[in-house]
Amino acid sequence: MFERLRQPWSDQRAERMLGALACAVLVTIALMVLFVFKEAWPTLQHNGLVKWIGPGGNVDEQIGRMVNGDEDYHLRAWPLVWATLLTTGLAIALGTIFAVLAAIFIVEFAPDRVRAVLVPVVRLLAAVPSVIYGLIGILVLVPFVGNHIVTPGNKKSVEFVVQITGASLLVAVVILTVMIVPIMVAIIVDALYAVPRGWKEGAVALGVNRWRAMWTVSVRAARPAIIAAAVLASARALGEAIMLSMVSGSVGFAPNPFDGPLFFLEPLRPLASTIVEDAESLQAPAVRSSVYAFALLLLFSSLLLSIAGFLAKQPMKKYGARI
Amino acid sequence: MSVTQPRTLDDLPHGGFGVEPSAGGGGAKKRRSTESISTWRWGDRIAYGMCWVAGISLCVIAAAIVGYMAVRGLQYLKPSLLWQHPSGEVDQSKSGGFLDPILGTVLLTVIGIGLATPIAVGTAVWVVEYGRPSWLARAVESGIEVVAGTPDIVLAIFGLALFQNGLFGWMSFTAEGGAVFGRSFMTAGAMMSLIALPMVYGATREGLQSIPRHMREASYGLGKTRIATIRRVLLPAVRPNISTGAALGMGRIAGDTAIVVILLGASLRLENEGSIPGLNVLKGTGSTLTSYVYNNSPAGEGNAAEKAYAAAFVLLLIVVGLNFAVDLIARRGAKTGLEGTRLGGR
Repeated sequence: MFERLRQPWSDQRAERMLGALACAVLVTIALMVLFVFKEAWPTLQHNGLVKWIGPGGNVDEQIGRMVNGDEDYHLRAWPLVWATLLTTGLAIALGTIFAVLAAIFIVEFAPDRVRAVLVPVVRLLAAVPSVIYGLIGILVLVPFVGNHIVTPGNKKSVEFVVQITGASLLVAVVILTVMIVPIMVAIIVDALYAVPRGWKEGAVALGVNRWRAMWTVSVRAARPAIIAAAVLASARALGEAIMLSMVSGSVGFAPNPFDGPLFFLEPLRPLASTIVEDAESLQAPAVRSSVYAFALLLLFSSLLLSIAGFLAKQPMKKYGARI
Repeated sequence: MSVTQPRTLDDLPHGGFGVEPSAGGGGAKKRRSTESISTWRWGDRIAYGMCWVAGISLCVIAAAIVGYMAVRGLQYLKPSLLWQHPSGEVDQSKSGGFLDPILGTVLLTVIGIGLATPIAVGTAVWVVEYGRPSWLARAVESGIEVVAGTPDIVLAIFGLALFQNGLFGWMSFTAEGGAVFGRSFMTAGAMMSLIALPMVYGATREGLQSIPRHMREASYGLGKTRIATIRRVLLPAVRPNISTGAALGMGRIAGDTAIVVILLGASLRLENEGSIPGLNVLKGTGSTLTSYVYNNSPAGEGNAAEKAYAAAFVLLLIVVGLNFAVDLIARRGAKTGLEGTRLGGR
């Protein structure tokens, strides 16, 4: 029986086997959507397909009730969704500026010796595991913010609403930015190299300086790649669970932008971190369903971002950039 | 892109701008990059300065992270920690080392990459070499991108739902009533393979696409079939690419926390399950360095910062070592040196 397997494969058979293997990837994705949706269904059914994302009540109390075994599916997850939007949005905004400048530096201005250091540095930053970023955050940055930036007055002003300890939006955004910048730099550097050299030379021949040539020609031509980089990096930021659960304070609280500077010091907890932290109480059916609803929202957003990233990359293909 | 082509305007033989009319001769190149700035407008000078700030601050941040982890790690890392079993004592002098988490990391990485590499290579070969019908090939390619963009926490929670089915009872602990626990090295490894898959796939595909057509044609001309060409000509040629992708994927697996926390059962030691040697470890639960760091940080139950620092240092060494192994495997073909980072865009 094994004789047949040991013989060289015929072409047709090999094609079919490899094709089946490739399709397994598609089957996995289909299973993922199916299973997560199935588990999330009770929550969606009780709260309405979209309504559970909206505001209303204290989400920590709602989940607490579920953990205690009540068959109460009532869930209004706005603080968690808002926290995800805030951390992702702010980190992407900061990170895009930072990454574009760093990419221009690597491509155009860095002396060869600096570039030789900078490229491994970017790779290193991309390779550091998120738990190490989280550890540095919780043991270094959070105490620093708690001791030096938060004043007793700050703490007192909101003590009946939320505890301010230093684990905050500020720390979360700063670390998240450092985590996503390497990915964006890699994509943007590739795109800047792919811009036809003649274009930039043309600008230079017309008498503009190096920065102008870079900014008005190369960066403008690479705009689709910058958007693609931001989109792909936001998929990463959206799903970051461990680091954020360590530094964000783990309170289901929606920071209020009208609180002034205090806004940045308020704790929060994004969706992904909520999944990690509630994974222990999955035997309660209501918690389980809610957690899968969070996962479904993340899955759906990352699917949309994948499509958006794909579309954003298309214009760059004509310069031959492989992104 | 050929090697001789200048990469920046600075490398152009007659750098088109900024050359003072009087600055002729050999010193021109050097002076150009320093003196030209003074003729710029202020806005441009500020922007130029900000580029330097961004680049240098990346270096500073990386140096700070690595330096701080090294100082703390060496401060708290005792050799005995590496071969003592951990235990759940509150007293930190008795809670042991992290032998089991290290073994867990190694085991999980091996399982994950062992599953991911054949699937990824097979898929890449099919997409590049066969790819019929073409809509299916395109769908598979986008499917891989979707997998790469899916957060690891979602993969973890999907794995839990999948492997708690009775169908997969053989992969993990099954309770009396038939409830499947769903958490084991096998289930976690299966989900980890999805993390490594896009990186191995991407590297293999790039390699296959860069092989010139005439290599295939020469092989067909000698009467080889397609599959024989793939096995004897193409796969040996892309071996460095596969290794690069696998090393990057291993770094990704070793550094992942979410899947371990949810799918590995979070027992400190390797707990065996069942009586068949070998399989019992795979069916059992355990921990890895990442979950050990997470649980020993103030966010977890252990709250032992020293142990967390020591374990994090070991983890950092492993992950950074894997990433720079990539350089040793395949330096050729690297254009910007950032290919691996781009593949890691998840």
